[in-house]
Amino acid sequence: MPEFKRPHALADVTTHYCPGCTHGIVHRIVSEVIDEMGIEGDTVGICPVGCSVMAYDYFECDMIEAAHGRAPAVATGVKRANPDKFVFTYQGDGDLAAIGTAEIVHAATRGENITVIFINNTTYGMTGGQMAPTTLPGQVTQTTPYGRNTSVEGFPVRVCEMLSQLSGVALAERVTVIDPKNINIAKKAIRKGFEFQKNKQGFSIIEVLSTCPTNWGKTPIEALQRVRDEMIPYYPLGVFKEGAVR
Amino acid sequence: MAEKSLMKGNEALAEAALRAGCKCFFGYPITPQTEISAYLSKRMPKVGGTFLQAESEVAAINMVYGCASSGIRCMTSSSSPGISLKTEGISYIAGADLPCVVINVQRGGPGLGGIQPSQADYWQVTHALGHGDFHALVFAPASVQEMVDTVTKAFDLADEFRMPAVILADGLLGQMMEPVQFDDAEIVLSDASKKPWAANGHQNKRKHNIINSLYLQPDQLEDKVAERFKRYEKVKAEHSEAVADYCDDADTVVVAYGSTARLAKSAVEAARKEGMKVGIIRPVTLWPFPVKQIQKACENAKNVLVVEMSMGQMIDDVKLAINCSKPVEFYGRTGGVIPKPAEILAKIKEMGGKN
Repeated sequence: MPEFKRPHALADVTTHYCPGCTHGIVHRIVSEVIDEMGIEGDTVGICPVGCSVMAYDYFECDMIEAAHGRAPAVATGVKRANPDKFVFTYQGDGDLAAIGTAEIVHAATRGENITVIFINNTTYGMTGGQMAPTTLPGQVTQTTPYGRNTSVEGFPVRVCEMLSQLSGVALAERVTVIDPKNINIAKKAIRKGFEFQKNKQGFSIIEVLSTCPTNWGKTPIEALQRVRDEMIPYYPLGVFKEGAVR
Repeated sequence: MAEKSLMKGNEALAEAALRAGCKCFFGYPITPQTEISAYLSKRMPKVGGTFLQAESEVAAINMVYGCASSGIRCMTSSSSPGISLKTEGISYIAGADLPCVVINVQRGGPGLGGIQPSQADYWQVTHALGHGDFHALVFAPASVQEMVDTVTKAFDLADEFRMPAVILADGLLGQMMEPVQFDDAEIVLSDASKKPWAANGHQNKRKHNIINSLYLQPDQLEDKVAERFKRYEKVKAEHSEAVADYCDDADTVVVAYGSTARLAKSAVEAARKEGMKVGIIRPVTLWPFPVKQIQKACENAKNVLVVEMSMGQMIDDVKLAINCSKPVEFYGRTGGVIPKPAEILAKIKEMGGKN
């Protein structure tokens, strides 16, 4: 029976995340994968602007804090100069699917050998719960006080479906971390992403449906239930593309 | 030294970057600097470097941010409208204390402006190259050879002071062909061996490095900025540069930089031939601004003439440099119109008449 302990790649510090937020789980499984592959000393992580802006203090590998949305471009700069290092970005939905849309699409279509951990919680958490590109139709946020009206605010972006159309993508998979079974699936997906990178086989993105009890106005348990009842029907889990591109 | 060859300014600058060890170039096409990208796309793969055409100026500067974070010499180039897009990234680069080189081959503005030479980005590059309290090193070469010589200096000082360096050229310098000489040294692309702060994988040998510009505690951010400004004082004291000619006995001193300085020098020499006591000082660094050199050059002058390819931007810094102690007049053309030596000479004569 393996001992349950903190992964080495996960810093022994208290995070600033809210109770019931799933960032902590995702940080942990990314760290477990880094430990299991033995690559902490060869890994550079890029954090976004958003709730995980301070993730540079939470991972023990070398870390870079990027401007809002630019993490895939920053990762490209690191990777092109250091093709044998592992480079991952950790980005939220506002960062990746709104202000950083050009950067993520082009990193993907270039087949940049990086791994993207994409946290989709349907809101801008750090700034207090505004509408995100992934906010569901009808969802009330600080800037959609009457609910997201698709005739005014348009439709949510399905990132994995969109990126899976691009030739440079080796892995586009949507997972969640709302229960142990799904956490195991999510960890396997992240491991796959890093393995594609190890073999220089193209771009990988793992989208993680996540909770934001604070800005959703829900308890942690209600928030997990919302992922099941509202998010998964709109953002189906599964593999949208898998296979080496080179 | 190798033999002289005839090269276009933009291409010579690109070759010089390689010879300075620049391993990665990230660019986006824009006139009048595209030859830099075209040249490096041919050369980089042959010397083991990386050329990458980014999806935007914004992406290109952020690729530079990433590459520089990992301790590798890198560069991007653009022209005026593209530099506006890069200012976000340049601010982050300054805020994270990263070295890099940015080329601005200026064209007319504002907006799309034109594609002919201009110096209308002076304010932007010296005073507002992004949000926040920071400076970039700014070099203003005046010939193709000087563009070449400046690149190595820009990389070296950027590394030494951990700050971005800008080479401010213009469409005239970028497009003109002149004889140029490189030294024969073998090309050695940079590695991160002298940058212990780089985020390039700690190899389980050190604590993790963090490249960051976020400081949520006001006193921490203030300390960080203050430390940076201490470095700036050292840069100002040691690295401001200007070239003065004929200033010792001059009644009128002309101040001009870049290609405009060469046009102005022709006018000054024509005035000298006519017996007028006129001198010229050319700032080689625009930040740090060569305040002491300008004070000295203007010491005995009755008046000062600033010539620029703009509506007059550097003139403010010249007035500050001499504390408005004597009249400072301006002659300039803008929008891509190049001032002619005869026009500058006429202005010098007009000012001589007032003495």
